[in-house]
Amino acid sequence: MAARIHGGAGAGAATALSTFNPKKLVAPSRTNLPAARSSKRCIVAAAGSDASKSLRVGHSQKLIANAAVATKAETSATTGTGHELLLFEALQEGLEEEMDRDPHVCVMGEDVGHYGGSYKVTKGLADKFGDLRVLDTPICENAFTGMGIGAAMTGLRPVIEGMNMGFLLLAFNQISNNCGMLHYTSGGQFTIPVVIRGPGGVGRQLGAEHSQRLESYFQSIPGIQMVACSTPYNAKGLMKAAIRSENPVILFEHVLLYNLKEKIPDEEYICNLEEAEMVRPGEHITILTYSRMRYHVMQAAKTLVNKGYDPEVIDIRSLKPFDLYTIGNSVKKTHRVLIVEECMRTGGIGASLTAAINENFHDYLDAPVMCLSSQDVPTPYAGTLEEWTVVQPAQIVTAVEQLCQ
Amino acid sequence: MALSRLSLRSNNPFLKPTATSLPPSTRRHVSTDTTPITIETAAPFTSHQCDAPSRSVSTSSAEILSFFRDMARMRRMEIAADSLYKAKMIRGFCHLYDGQEALAVGMEAAITRRDAIITSYRDHCTFLGRGGELVDAFSELMGRKRGCSDGKGGSMHFYKKDASFYGGHGIVGAQIPLGCGLAFAQKYSKEENVTFVLYGDGAANQGQLFEALNIAALWDLPAILVCENNHYGMGTATWRSAKSPAYFKRGDYVPGLKVDGMDVLAVKQACKFAKEHALKNGPIILEMDTYRYHGHSMSDPGSTYRTRDEVSGVRQVRDPIERVRKLLLSHDIATEKELKDMEKEVRKEVDDAVAQAKECPTPEASELFTNMYVKDCGVESFGADRKELKVTLP
Repeated sequence: MAARIHGGAGAGAATALSTFNPKKLVAPSRTNLPAARSSKRCIVAAAGSDASKSLRVGHSQKLIANAAVATKAETSATTGTGHELLLFEALQEGLEEEMDRDPHVCVMGEDVGHYGGSYKVTKGLADKFGDLRVLDTPICENAFTGMGIGAAMTGLRPVIEGMNMGFLLLAFNQISNNCGMLHYTSGGQFTIPVVIRGPGGVGRQLGAEHSQRLESYFQSIPGIQMVACSTPYNAKGLMKAAIRSENPVILFEHVLLYNLKEKIPDEEYICNLEEAEMVRPGEHITILTYSRMRYHVMQAAKTLVNKGYDPEVIDIRSLKPFDLYTIGNSVKKTHRVLIVEECMRTGGIGASLTAAINENFHDYLDAPVMCLSSQDVPTPYAGTLEEWTVVQPAQIVTAVEQLCQ
Repeated sequence: MALSRLSLRSNNPFLKPTATSLPPSTRRHVSTDTTPITIETAAPFTSHQCDAPSRSVSTSSAEILSFFRDMARMRRMEIAADSLYKAKMIRGFCHLYDGQEALAVGMEAAITRRDAIITSYRDHCTFLGRGGELVDAFSELMGRKRGCSDGKGGSMHFYKKDASFYGGHGIVGAQIPLGCGLAFAQKYSKEENVTFVLYGDGAANQGQLFEALNIAALWDLPAILVCENNHYGMGTATWRSAKSPAYFKRGDYVPGLKVDGMDVLAVKQACKFAKEHALKNGPIILEMDTYRYHGHSMSDPGSTYRTRDEVSGVRQVRDPIERVRKLLLSHDIATEKELKDMEKEVRKEVDDAVAQAKECPTPEASELFTNMYVKDCGVESFGADRKELKVTLP
């Protein structure tokens, strides 16, 4: 069964459900599965000889190296013509279109102007829009995040860039207290239409302090929305949606995904901020993921398909609030959930998602929700160690086999 | 002292007493003469990296009288809040501004409602100065729906958007970058307005102040940073918390001015000067030497780190309302009795507002979830074929 990746945002959810035909294929339904609620967790010896290798991924075996980097994502652009670009260019395109459209949109961050942005997302914008709209700030995250929020209180729409998401910890007070809460504590008088964006995540051997995943820290701030982009298509769409939204939005990008190439439509489009993306519809198990782990999951999906499994892969995209509608429908269909994330095990997005699924869809589950997260360690510098802090495709395959036994 | 004594009793249309229940026969005719008079400030300004403004302040009888009235109203409001807190009608934190009224009133006299003000948690009187209603203030303090933030903000979160009053912030110093953001937006929109960013002597040691100052000076933002130096950061005196207590000089490359914050005319002059300066040359720091009679908040008696003699000493010598009273009496703008009557009116005004606020209902339970998000999620989103796609969350 070929993996079908739906490039259209939102359309995927609707079409996947409409093509589900229970009579068509022999899918293991609830009744077919053996002793689903047993706590026995033996590893099923699969038929293929490569199975044992995948269970024990030794250091000798070549790890699937950075599957996400420079992979051409298969995509079906919804219309015939389109243009191919890299993810950071897609972000730039979205940003530029919004700045053209609305003079209130401005960008502020370190080295976003003359330098062009440390990941080139804002390249060329300073020349086009001038220094007042694309502001090079000094290195003071607390102050310039606060400034962006103050400006937003009057009606401007700043896009605040953290050169690395980890630096925004210095601005946590501003993001939590002022950004998230001002709309509420002022009784609705002020809106804070800021976008806070930046790259995070593990992968370029940047060391512990520059490989942080802040989505877990920000997720409990009331009043903000969080989204994570993973393809050029949704990067542009989410950037535009975030800028147009009246709520403060934190857009999480990933250091390793900036050079992804994809063909995106020429026409204007926006992605829904609160919607999850159906990457690959399936029957046996729901795999929820976001950002870079999507590619590890898809890599694992290839292996799984060869072994006869039919995973349904959903890129949740919206980290706060969760799209429980799409997720719920999927759980009701497959009855098994695996969450694959890059956050730490403790208190990460996966932890919250596990709780949410257990609370809302407990009756539909045939097995406990399984969550694969990064290890609770500071990210080491050494390449091999860094690979092991995050979830690898082989581990995903193992986990699916465990859940689907 | 250069001044012109004018015939100060006039039959011009007068300030209507706000207590409309007074019968017509007891309405007082007080002077509303707006002819400019010049009065010298009691103390000179000390400046840093700029020329100090002149000590001669241009004002008028009507204005000085309005100073008295506004300050009396603010003083009464704070004292009423004190009683309400002790009666447990106000809960949580309550930071009172009495003693510092000259700052709020003098600043308002120098600026317009298009200029922005942002301050910290000691914001009741600033809110009033920006045109806030007494009822809204008391309702907010008591957690009623009528409050200026719908009862969801509390004492530390007063806001008034239409008067460019941006609050009301609980975290010490966090409002300073916000204020520079307001100034940035004013510069971006090319309005000829300024932002007054108020903070205290305690907040003056925050790193974000210097970060924001650097940006403001770098980009020539029309931000005026006002340090309300009441000499105590909660329980810690300035000499114990700051190596250099000359807060107006801390900007280094940013000009500064030290002002007697208990003299409402000096405050007015300084703010006027600062506004002109900021619109031309970028940020400036004003250090207002002021004093608070209450403790840091209602939980702090205010006597463990300072003597009662010190407090009463300041009250006798430097009280801002007494100063204005003396000014009014010595210039024959009003008589003793008229001022006492005005104070009685103000007292009644405040009492009425408290009574009205007590009648107001508390917010409904559903209000817990309102104003979390604007439009409660959902931006119009569409694919490349312009089909509108919206997902309804259950």
